[in-house]
Amino acid sequence: MLSALVFAPTAVALLLFALPRRTTPQVFRAVWVGTSALELALVIAVWAGYDADGGLQYEQRTRWIPSAGVGYHVGVDGLSLPLLALTCLLFLACALYSLREDRRVREFAALFLFLQTTCLGLFAALDLILFFVFFDLSIVAMYFVIAGWGHQQAARAALKFFLYTFIGSLALLLGFIGLYLAASPHTFDMVELTEQNPLAGRSAYAALVLLAVVVGLAVKTPTVPFHTWLPPAHVEAPAAGSAILAGVLLKMGTYGFVRIAMPMLPEAWRRYALVLVVVGVLSVLHGALVALAQTDFKRMVAYTSVNHMGYIVLAVGAAAATADSSEQARSLAVTGAVTQMVSHGLLTGALFLLAGVLYERGRTYDMGSYSGVAGAAPAFAAMTGVAAFASLGLPGFSGFIAEFQIFTGSLGPQPLATALSVLGILLTAGLFLRALRQVFTGPLRLPDAPGTPRAFPDIRTHESLAVVPLLALAVVLGVAPRFLLDVIEPASRSVLELLAR
Amino acid sequence: MTEMNENPLDLLPEVLLAASAVLGLLLGSWLPRVRQWIVGLLAAVACVAGIVAASPAAGEPATTAFGEAFTVDPVTNTSRIVILGGTLLVLGVSFRPLKGDARETEFYVLVQLAALGALMMAGTQDLLLLAAGYLLASIPAYTLAGFRKDGPGTEAALKYYVVGALLGVLMLTGITVLYATGGGTGYPMLGEAFRDAPEALVATGSIGLLAGVLFKAGGVPAHFWVPDAVQGSSPPVAALLTTIPKIGALAALFRLGDVVFADSTLPWPALVAVLAAASMTLGNLGAFFQQDVKRLLAYSTISQVGYLLMPVAVAGRADLAQQALLYYLAAYAVTNLGAFAVVCAFPHAHTLEDYRGLAKERPLLAASLVICLLGLVGTPPTAVFLGKLEAFSAAFDGGYAWLAALAAANTVASLFYYLRWIVPAVSRSGPSMSAAGDSAARMTAYTAAAISLGLGIAGGPVLDALS
Repeated sequence: MLSALVFAPTAVALLLFALPRRTTPQVFRAVWVGTSALELALVIAVWAGYDADGGLQYEQRTRWIPSAGVGYHVGVDGLSLPLLALTCLLFLACALYSLREDRRVREFAALFLFLQTTCLGLFAALDLILFFVFFDLSIVAMYFVIAGWGHQQAARAALKFFLYTFIGSLALLLGFIGLYLAASPHTFDMVELTEQNPLAGRSAYAALVLLAVVVGLAVKTPTVPFHTWLPPAHVEAPAAGSAILAGVLLKMGTYGFVRIAMPMLPEAWRRYALVLVVVGVLSVLHGALVALAQTDFKRMVAYTSVNHMGYIVLAVGAAAATADSSEQARSLAVTGAVTQMVSHGLLTGALFLLAGVLYERGRTYDMGSYSGVAGAAPAFAAMTGVAAFASLGLPGFSGFIAEFQIFTGSLGPQPLATALSVLGILLTAGLFLRALRQVFTGPLRLPDAPGTPRAFPDIRTHESLAVVPLLALAVVLGVAPRFLLDVIEPASRSVLELLAR
Repeated sequence: MTEMNENPLDLLPEVLLAASAVLGLLLGSWLPRVRQWIVGLLAAVACVAGIVAASPAAGEPATTAFGEAFTVDPVTNTSRIVILGGTLLVLGVSFRPLKGDARETEFYVLVQLAALGALMMAGTQDLLLLAAGYLLASIPAYTLAGFRKDGPGTEAALKYYVVGALLGVLMLTGITVLYATGGGTGYPMLGEAFRDAPEALVATGSIGLLAGVLFKAGGVPAHFWVPDAVQGSSPPVAALLTTIPKIGALAALFRLGDVVFADSTLPWPALVAVLAAASMTLGNLGAFFQQDVKRLLAYSTISQVGYLLMPVAVAGRADLAQQALLYYLAAYAVTNLGAFAVVCAFPHAHTLEDYRGLAKERPLLAASLVICLLGLVGTPPTAVFLGKLEAFSAAFDGGYAWLAALAAANTVASLFYYLRWIVPAVSRSGPSMSAAGDSAARMTAYTAAAISLGLGIAGGPVLDALS
């Protein structure tokens, strides 16, 4: 079931190429949307059959390259299931959003379907090399998305993205090899490595491995100071690409923290947790402050991602604090971190798609060129408003639930860091309100296009089909988050048990 | 020395190739020009037969043949399969450009002799036989480099020959010194003798020896010839030069490290590790701003030798070393030949820009190119990724973590120049390249890319057989 979920999109992508060259683009779009919808249905079925207290489920394990210690091992638990569901939802949203895409539709659809496989595979992987394979392939696929369908500076941004994240992936690989060699018998299997805790009592070795793993994941997350690849990649990528990049790909880094680094290197993680807390706070504040200085809407959203990912890093760092803080508080922090991954995926996905709508109408992201758009496009304005308010952490939206848990969980162990991070909320509130005022209020002014000024048509059906479900789910999670938290909480408790070894 | 092991069947792949070369030469003088391709076919048959002969023995324990001079063990057998398979791919890309050529037969015979030299180097465990293998692998290759008889080809051949002759003499000198030090030329015996031999003598001799073997491998510091010889010779020859001799040379180096210098007074592993580091780094730096595809691949092959030297450095110190080297050799050979096959398919495209629009005209070929180039980077799930994984693990395990880290950094750097080729090939803007070209070379490229991918996904059984 899980393997079908993972590999079905790629199989469909290959089928797309088998279709004759003269097939109309509508067929490709229909197949793409259909596949994504099917994937979402599949993941809902997986969720329905999932027992929240059952640990790893839907496990599949076959021999792959036994002499290298590599196996094909997949499964889901409370950490990966929400992210699998998020991935399917966001890819469906992107498929719907791209219904108007007319540039090389076949390749675009195939690339996204392949990208979906890599994302799902990564969250389902229970073998380090399998994880790495999907990690690297996602970089390759995203490179081609940015380079092939991006804006003017796309080639350069894509190269920067590739080089940076590839460096990260190789650091990660070295860390994985370190873990592999420490285990006896040598293995890359995550479950076995977690049980063995092979680096217990070997502090120098463990520190080096942790360094390699954390650097690799931090680049992908991205945290300060490894975030510089992110703004150009986001700005130059097509809207659907940005949504996936921010919504799903960034989660690979933070997911790696809770899935790999914390349970497999508990001692080293606890020892260096303070470093992560500091990095988290720096990311929160740096991301928010730099976002505040942006005039480009998309770049601003990109920097708020650095800010939001900073909360997650803060939470996973604070959760490692021992002794003086209660088990419950730390569990809350980890749960909050996972919830934040989901919430950020939904909201940033929506924001980037909306940025795409703006660009499609006005051919620029420069907020100074727009004014009074709310009058011309009320529905668009409303959606952007909702997304922005949700993103800044207003109660009633998923972002609030996540950030509330993170702050409550982290305040005990790390009061100063948490207090500083709360300032980040204030800053994001300010910058989102400023952006909304600039673009949507005042007299109507649109960018000067060559020739006559164009009208600003309101949001179209396919665009709202893509964006509204994301926002609706953010509201549902904000009002009734239990169904998500019930899945995450047992998993985060078990992560903490592993961390306490 | 026993009298029992002079069984020519132990050397069946080598014998087949030699026989086919001789037979081809005779046949070529009788056949009319339009039917000289039969000699090429004969060579291909000999390669296939050699692979078939070597395959069942691949997992068997080691035996020696002809005194102690030649050993038939997993290293030899794997090298045989890889060299003969690589030769098949080279024959595939040569088929069309050589068809009807006045010297078609000569070309095929020379290719077989060069491959035979590589086979000898891979299997020998005697310094004199190593020297003979070196000469047999080199001299046909010199000729092939200048085969076109044009300006760049002549320059390529000349440079290749001069460097090769110089380093060959150094190698013979080194062998002489080692002979004098150890009192013999057989590896097992030398291994014993070097345990307490004077360090200065062993060092002098081994450096001379290294000069020759590294020349064949194309590793730093004996790498000068690579870019010029590769750029100047015709694409099929360039494919051969960057692949086939390397396999023999690296297998030979591995054996030297494993048997001869394992317990010697010389810090052999450290020496090889430094050479590996220099090779991967300098090769990468050289490749950065190349515009000519063959030159770019030439520098890329220098850097790949660096990665291949990692398991060689830890030979005998890490359990993974042997399987890492052998797997990486196979992966590298097929991936590199795949990239060269794409070059052969478009003999008139020289610079990176000439490949602009390849994806529009030949999507499948562009996909093969992307697979091979990303494969050379080491992106999963291609074969080289698994090779690198094994090589990194072996280096770690053997106590050379710094080398693994440096190799990882180099991998990232290498990405830059491979992408410089991928980007124009997959981009849609600009004039598209002509779709004309060589169908045999295209098929070879598809095959190589498919093997490279298949070997990466289903590498398990292969690795099992190698360990």
